[in-house]
Amino acid sequence: MAGLELLSDQGYRVDGRRAGELRKIQARMGVFAQADGSAYIEQGNTKALAVVYGPHEIRGSRSRALPDRALVNCQYSSATFSTGERKRRPHGDRKSCEMGLQLRQTFEAAILTQLHPRSQIDIYVQVLQADGGTYAACVNAATLAVLDAGIPMRDFVCACSAGFVDGTALADLSHVEEAAGGPQLALALLPASGQIALLEMDARLHEDHLEWVLEAAAQAARDVHTLLDRVVRQHVHEASILLGD
Amino acid sequence: MAMEMRLPAARKPLSEVLARDTKKHLVVPGDTITTDTGFMRGHGTYMGEEKLIASVAGSVERVNKLICVWSFLLSSRYNGEVGDIVVGRITEVQQKRWKVDTNSRLDSVLLLSSMNLPGGELRRRSAEDELAMRGFLQEGDLISAEVQAVFSDGAVSLHTRSLKYGKLGQGVLVQVSPSLVKRQKTHFHDLPCGASVILGNNGFVWIYPTPEHKDEDAGGFIPDLEPVSLTDREVISRLRNCVVSLVTQRMMLYDTSILYCYEASLPHQIKDILKPEVMEEIVLETRQRLLEQEG
Repeated sequence: MAGLELLSDQGYRVDGRRAGELRKIQARMGVFAQADGSAYIEQGNTKALAVVYGPHEIRGSRSRALPDRALVNCQYSSATFSTGERKRRPHGDRKSCEMGLQLRQTFEAAILTQLHPRSQIDIYVQVLQADGGTYAACVNAATLAVLDAGIPMRDFVCACSAGFVDGTALADLSHVEEAAGGPQLALALLPASGQIALLEMDARLHEDHLEWVLEAAAQAARDVHTLLDRVVRQHVHEASILLGD
Repeated sequence: MAMEMRLPAARKPLSEVLARDTKKHLVVPGDTITTDTGFMRGHGTYMGEEKLIASVAGSVERVNKLICVWSFLLSSRYNGEVGDIVVGRITEVQQKRWKVDTNSRLDSVLLLSSMNLPGGELRRRSAEDELAMRGFLQEGDLISAEVQAVFSDGAVSLHTRSLKYGKLGQGVLVQVSPSLVKRQKTHFHDLPCGASVILGNNGFVWIYPTPEHKDEDAGGFIPDLEPVSLTDREVISRLRNCVVSLVTQRMMLYDTSILYCYEASLPHQIKDILKPEVMEEIVLETRQRLLEQEG
């Protein structure tokens, strides 16, 4: 769309946010009683649901069992009504597989898999409404779900996307900003140690700008961590009252 | 046919209902518990750069020099202990053993040599016994067994070396969280209301009609396939709904609590027990009766 400026002269974005401001995040843990762990997150208009089963015995091929650690199996699925146009997405298509692989790499870095040899942890993520930052919402929802299942993790995994427009780094891109075609970076961070679990970008960005974009994404991820931390503490507090005695 | 519909309503958090508070030290993964290296690390913690860091969300428990994080959210998988009674479902028939699903991290194992032969004979299992394994227990069968041993990786080995264990016949299975089943001297109860219940430590609760006579010869292999009468079925359905309502209100399951809940639910119709307001009322009455009985 010609004439749609992503960053106005006063420093406001299309939806009225500042450059480094995140969208409103609301999250809930323990949404499904049947699953071992589940969580729902809303980041602005992006809505994602994550469900975790495990650790349990490896179903299917026993040969995939790892003798010293647990197998992490992630599946990503996007609802047909999640985008502006209704689109049927078959299960094994390229985007789902790639997202599943990225989620798996992210969580293998964070979950302490050595504690559960020969077992399998399943993480299923479904995007109900996609308005930009779907990878980040999936990772954040999956972190909460894994915590809800009581699976030991090194740290939270907090993710956020970032872009670069007119010499300024923007954090937490919405669909409009992503569709504009500029560079976008997705970062998944372990906040306490500052270690990066996954960093992904497939656009062209000048190397001088990389540092600024990376710093914007990292700061946004730390802000997400503050929010998720509060949600988890509230949930644990509730659980401790019910079971504490 | 009458249908009931209701609009979505916000759930009241149970902590308000119970009106309790906690003064524990709550941590989430990534939190530093202590930088003192003199402590031994227990479950729920890991060592990172000379600091003890929590790996699950829960409260910090300290016993002398041992620090561990007790997770309130880790109640969904069963951890085997020797001597526990479990109810499980056969998932696989392997060469000299069966694999049993007991809602734990790894499937439990039931060795052929740990299984009672029909008639209770004691002999070495031969090759014919191995080939006849499928005749005893197939995939999908439910059994009650006792935990014999726990392997180093957490997998559990079961045995059915008594006539009270074995294949289960007609009844209803309810799957609950293992932390809600109270540890007692016996887990097999014949309730006075007309049904029997097995409270498996792994969270599988089996409700079945009380057998009229104990068939000693069968040794737990031949399931009773006689049709169950309507009154028995109603008792079993009511018990099942009572168990579900106790679990939803996070109450411990044992024979007394189930019995009191059953008696409190008698004025209501069986299908009404699952409605939220009826559930609350019944469980509140049960709680009061249990407090009276203790105090």
